[in-house]
Amino acid sequence: MSSPLHAIPGSTLAPSAAGAGAGLPAMSGTDPAAGARSVAEVLAGSQVEAVLQELDTDLVGLKPVKARIRDIAALLVIDKLRLNLGLASQSPSLHMCFSGNPGTGKTTVALRMAQILHRLSFVRKGHLVSVTRDDLVGQYIGHTAPKTKEVLKRAMGGVLFIDEAYYLYRPENERDYGQEAIEILLQVMENQRDDLVVILAGYKDRMDTFFQSNPGMSSRIAHHLDFPDYAAPELQQIAGQMLAQQNYRFGEGAAEAFERYLQLRLQQPNFANARSVRNALDRARLRQASRLFADRERQLSADDLSTIAASDILASRLFQA
Amino acid sequence: MMTNHGNRLTQGQFSYLPDLTDSQITAQIEFALSKSWAIGVEYTDDPHPRNTYWEMYGNPMFDLKDPAGILKEINACRKTFPNHYVRVTAFDSTQGVESVRMSYIVNRPKNEPGFGLARQEIGGRQIQYTVHSYATDKPEGERY
Repeated sequence: MSSPLHAIPGSTLAPSAAGAGAGLPAMSGTDPAAGARSVAEVLAGSQVEAVLQELDTDLVGLKPVKARIRDIAALLVIDKLRLNLGLASQSPSLHMCFSGNPGTGKTTVALRMAQILHRLSFVRKGHLVSVTRDDLVGQYIGHTAPKTKEVLKRAMGGVLFIDEAYYLYRPENERDYGQEAIEILLQVMENQRDDLVVILAGYKDRMDTFFQSNPGMSSRIAHHLDFPDYAAPELQQIAGQMLAQQNYRFGEGAAEAFERYLQLRLQQPNFANARSVRNALDRARLRQASRLFADRERQLSADDLSTIAASDILASRLFQA
Repeated sequence: MMTNHGNRLTQGQFSYLPDLTDSQITAQIEFALSKSWAIGVEYTDDPHPRNTYWEMYGNPMFDLKDPAGILKEINACRKTFPNHYVRVTAFDSTQGVESVRMSYIVNRPKNEPGFGLARQEIGGRQIQYTVHSYATDKPEGERY
């Protein structure tokens, strides 16, 4: 009995078709771009254009990153066309490394990446599993492997985002279990490229030392993306977007005050780009709240409640010094 | 009368059909995941119909989005126990259900000797019947 006598509910492929499709499980299922011959047709089927558009409008700056993402998206589209014409197309290695200073948008871009890859049907589900060392490395002998495999299973069909990946490797402790997690990761990254995409993220200098001590890891990652620091005007733009999202806006003179604030803040140590901007805005909101709170009898309009005044920003500790 | 040629074990879903292919198993897992059921892989070499509790291969798998990870686990279990019965179960944790919703065999021993009918005479020449797996005459681990 080589072929089933009955159709099994939920089964998609006959065994013969399954054999042909088995090499490319990521491509199975109903694919709108299956018969496409031109770039436009693939784009229309996948709506990747919309994601790239969003990336352009929502994320300020990050020129090299956006260019690279466009390149990757283009490669994926062309690969799809090649596949439709029956040309050999090895599923590309899509593992990436995002390096950059804190607050430069690594996590945000990783989320977008999952969406883009999903729309081009290179990952099946398009979810992002974000983990750190604690989620991968165990506490005692024999704890690491099941823990790492658990996480990998969860990330199958999506993107595994390892934040601060350099913590996986601790050179000062040669019996550290991180090495074990790295080995399991490497194996899956190599053998199950169709099933998941791994994105490592971390600060530039530390990632460099991490890759130096793990050459196997470095060679299995095809895309190294550097996230540049934001310039002051970009940060100002980010602040505007953040406020708009929360239904706030700068009052008279407040935008200029914030510009001056940014210039002062940029010279301070531990500046974390967009994250510092968000914290500064949160503090400004606190001051606005207590300013309004002090004036008990006043009737407050929507305008009053959503305006950050210049005084809210100028009250910052930075201007006092 | 032989209704089940070759003594194929018929427990759980799809057991009268030819063995499921990997893509068919994937489709079944996909279905279970869409209902957010927890999926477990179990094995045994004592397939008596009343042996409900098989050994678990690893922990049951929760919070998964994609069948690939589970299929990997199934293949690992098949590799470790090539001559055991392996089944996949899907557990529904909804309150009021809290039991296994799906269960199907994904691996069988090459040679399945089947079950014999055992008769036992009790008081008053009465006969009690039970089934007995020929395989379980041998000790655990040497059965298939």
